Amino acid sequence: MKSTFATLPQVAHREPVRIRLRQCARTFAGRQGQHTALHPLDLAVEPGETLVLLGPSGCGKTTTLRIISGLEQPDAGGEVWFGDEQVTHLPIEKRDVGMVFQNYALFPNMNVAANIGYGLKIRGYSAEVIRQRTGEMVDMVHLQGLEQRAIHELSGGQKQRVALARAMAVQPRVLLFDEPLAALDAKLRDRLRIDIGQLLRQLGITAVYVTHDQAEAMALGDRIAVMEKGRIAQLGTPQQIYHQPATAFVADFIGTVNRFAILGRGQGSLQVTGGGLPSDYQGDASLLYCRPEDVRICTDDEPVAVRGRVIQRFFLGQSQRLLVDTGAAEPLQVDSSSRQHWQVGDAISLSVPADALFAITGNQTQPHAGEKAESAAGSST
Amino acid sequence: MSQSLLTTGGQPASRAAPSAQARRHHGKWLAHWALAPALAFFLAFWLLPFVQLMVMGAGADSSSGEPGYWAVLTHRQYLFSLLVTVLLSLAVAVLAVVIAAICGCFLARNHFFGRSLLLSMLTFPLAFPGVVVGFLVIMLGGRQGLSAQLGQLLASERWTFAYSLTGLFIGYLYFSIPRVIMTVMAACEKLDTSLEEAARSLGANSWRVIADVLIPGIRPALISTGAICFATSMGAFGTAFTLGTRINVVPMAIYGEFTNYANFAMSAALSVLLGAVTWLALAMARRLSADASLGGA
Amino acid sequence: MSTSLSVRSAGVMHWRFVLQLIFTLAVCAFMIVPVLMSVLAGLTENYLVGLSSGLTTRWIAEVWGLYADSIWLSIYLALACLGCTLLLGVPAAYGLLKCRKRWAAIIEELLLMPVAIPGLATALALLLAYGQFHGFRGSWLFILVGHVLFTLPFMIRPVLAVMQAIDVVRLEEAASSLGAGAIQRFFTVILPNCTSGILAGALMVITLSVGEFNITWMLHTPLTKTLPVGLADSYASMRLEIGSAYTLIFLLMILPLLTLIQWFGQWAARRASRSVQ
Repeated sequence: MKSTFATLPQVAHREPVRIRLRQCARTFAGRQGQHTALHPLDLAVEPGETLVLLGPSGCGKTTTLRIISGLEQPDAGGEVWFGDEQVTHLPIEKRDVGMVFQNYALFPNMNVAANIGYGLKIRGYSAEVIRQRTGEMVDMVHLQGLEQRAIHELSGGQKQRVALARAMAVQPRVLLFDEPLAALDAKLRDRLRIDIGQLLRQLGITAVYVTHDQAEAMALGDRIAVMEKGRIAQLGTPQQIYHQPATAFVADFIGTVNRFAILGRGQGSLQVTGGGLPSDYQGDASLLYCRPEDVRICTDDEPVAVRGRVIQRFFLGQSQRLLVDTGAAEPLQVDSSSRQHWQVGDAISLSVPADALFAITGNQTQPHAGEKAESAAGSST
Repeated sequence: MSQSLLTTGGQPASRAAPSAQARRHHGKWLAHWALAPALAFFLAFWLLPFVQLMVMGAGADSSSGEPGYWAVLTHRQYLFSLLVTVLLSLAVAVLAVVIAAICGCFLARNHFFGRSLLLSMLTFPLAFPGVVVGFLVIMLGGRQGLSAQLGQLLASERWTFAYSLTGLFIGYLYFSIPRVIMTVMAACEKLDTSLEEAARSLGANSWRVIADVLIPGIRPALISTGAICFATSMGAFGTAFTLGTRINVVPMAIYGEFTNYANFAMSAALSVLLGAVTWLALAMARRLSADASLGGA
Repeated sequence: MSTSLSVRSAGVMHWRFVLQLIFTLAVCAFMIVPVLMSVLAGLTENYLVGLSSGLTTRWIAEVWGLYADSIWLSIYLALACLGCTLLLGVPAAYGLLKCRKRWAAIIEELLLMPVAIPGLATALALLLAYGQFHGFRGSWLFILVGHVLFTLPFMIRPVLAVMQAIDVVRLEEAASSLGAGAIQRFFTVILPNCTSGILAGALMVITLSVGEFNITWMLHTPLTKTLPVGLADSYASMRLEIGSAYTLIFLLMILPLLTLIQWFGQWAARRASRSVQ
């Protein structure tokens, strides 16, 4: 199996379409009254763009996708537009979308070829067209020779390829992905992620991709919408999301952050617990953040530095993460080369380049200190 | 006004169209329509008649003139019949569970030549209707039955038990055992064998393993299947019918009141009470086994 | 020391194995001996005299002459009952799958009532409610109604179980994303994937309908006698050999069905375990 899909198909034979949601909310009637899965949401996915909806479970990302697909209706007043056409009340079977489901949702009563050709058959194409087009799809996802296999004879990765081919065989207006890689093991996930990314770029089709995996989001998204509790917390390019998180939630959810409480301001430096940081920050935020990989280990004689002790060390292969106690409520997390030799108890001096420090202007909900220490180890994967 | 109604109604189903189309998609209305035929059938032919039966049970009993339910609870004849049926069904349920637990665990845990043959012999009578079971009891204990022939041979008198409560007991046992064995075997196979291994590793001998691990593990299954046996025995009519009218269990009483005396109120009252008892037994069984499975998880 | 211990414990195991085996064999004998006796009685010339009177099929022929109509009626009834439970039960299972959990539980409980309470009560209720419609009461349709009430849950249950196991809701979403409308989804995706449940339910429905007595006895008329009604009739009024021969015919009818059910259950279990892998 080659690592990339073969190029060719005229999947995107038509102009890519813009998806727009206007004031789309979704409430469910539960046992304890109304439950709001999605607050009124405005969202536009540009033609040919891949938008990733990212967030923890229950954040509303899947509901958003299902509203776009037509599996779910927005509450009254919400509108869904595909280009110039309003599709709000159009059921999914008339929306002309391609959808890839989390657990593949392949039809067990049909073989590989019949699964891929199903949408074409529904649309009334002749057997000859179906055969030819199915063949193209099979070539594209490198499943040659498996056309007549039953679904239960396929591996997880093969199933996902069939699901992908099935969704694209009908030349849909938009492609929708509902955590398509969640059921696969890590290695296969990495490989398919690359494949899907290349495919989406080649096709230039408008796509919406739901995941809770930040690495997947970074790799695939032209833009990422980070969602929290039924709202979009931040919408931006992967770079923006990572380097300028709008809220503490986004900063926490994407990677790991260190936070510094500003105790005082000096000439070109800031006073923080355990020492100082070189910065000419003039804003009024009381907290500044940085990523662990931006923390620099410096020599002990550096004048402006944060000093502390290594309290734990995780060897990660390509790097190592140190937890440094500076006297602040939570330890600093520092990434350093895995060849450097540090031991628990070592004294250490740290500095952060001025441009790596950022303030968060959005709502300043501070996560619990305990949660933070947990995520230090958890986010190292 | 009618004009506007006409125009809105006459518009082609455009894409940005009404919520009826939207709702189709939810699949909710479809789901309701899919349930409708079965529900309508059930309402017309079971619920409505049964409610009528319940009402009828309150009507005047033709022999005493009292309301049917009251007559059941105040007349010795009916109370005795109810008591006999309950005791008989309880005894059957307990004995069937004990017998089937031994066989079921044995068959679930041991694999030997001929096991599947034994298993199919034990479960095959599951589909016999009550009448056939009654006839098989006659083959065992009737006037020309096995025990009569044995008695003739050994003591030159014909031993018969088929036409009495004993015969009924044997018959009920006969159709209860297969049910319980199936359930016990399923429960035994589902039981985590590592629990037994753990108990053994802690020094428990095999009797202790049975008492501390095996029986508690399959207890929910035993209770619920026992309750099902109880309920089935309470309502079993075919067996009693075949074995004769001398046995006064509730189903026979209902049948007698209805056909011999045309005492509709009484037969209705007895039926409703019998139904309530069996339903309660089954509901309790389900509750118990559900609780246990929740606790186990 | 340790070897002697293990030998002893193996001895204990062995001893218990033998006891349990003997017990199980005794129970088997209890279950199977009367059946064999009945089969034998149906084939011997004179049961009182014993096998020495010779084997014969004349009792079976006599039963056929007396009760062929009731046997045919039972077969027709079972097939009609199957048709009704398919038409009512398969959509109902789908409906239960899609409607709210709480409602589904209540409806399932309701539909189970004719199984949970004695057939006699159901039959009595039907008689008292619809007995005055003589045309209906006198036809085999009246019995059919009773059979459908009693067997419907046995169709719904396995179909619903299969639908839940293969996640039909998700498959349906996939089909609709590919453009299939409700009718197309039902026939191309839902129905073909439920065949194992439908088949299991169908076998059960036929077996139960052929053997149903408690409801049928109350609902039958002299012109609408089914096989079990005939059985009761022959037990009460015919000689033992005829009753036995009739029982033999019944056994021959349901034995293949039971074998199919068992075989099919094992096949479904194997397939389920395979698809999990």
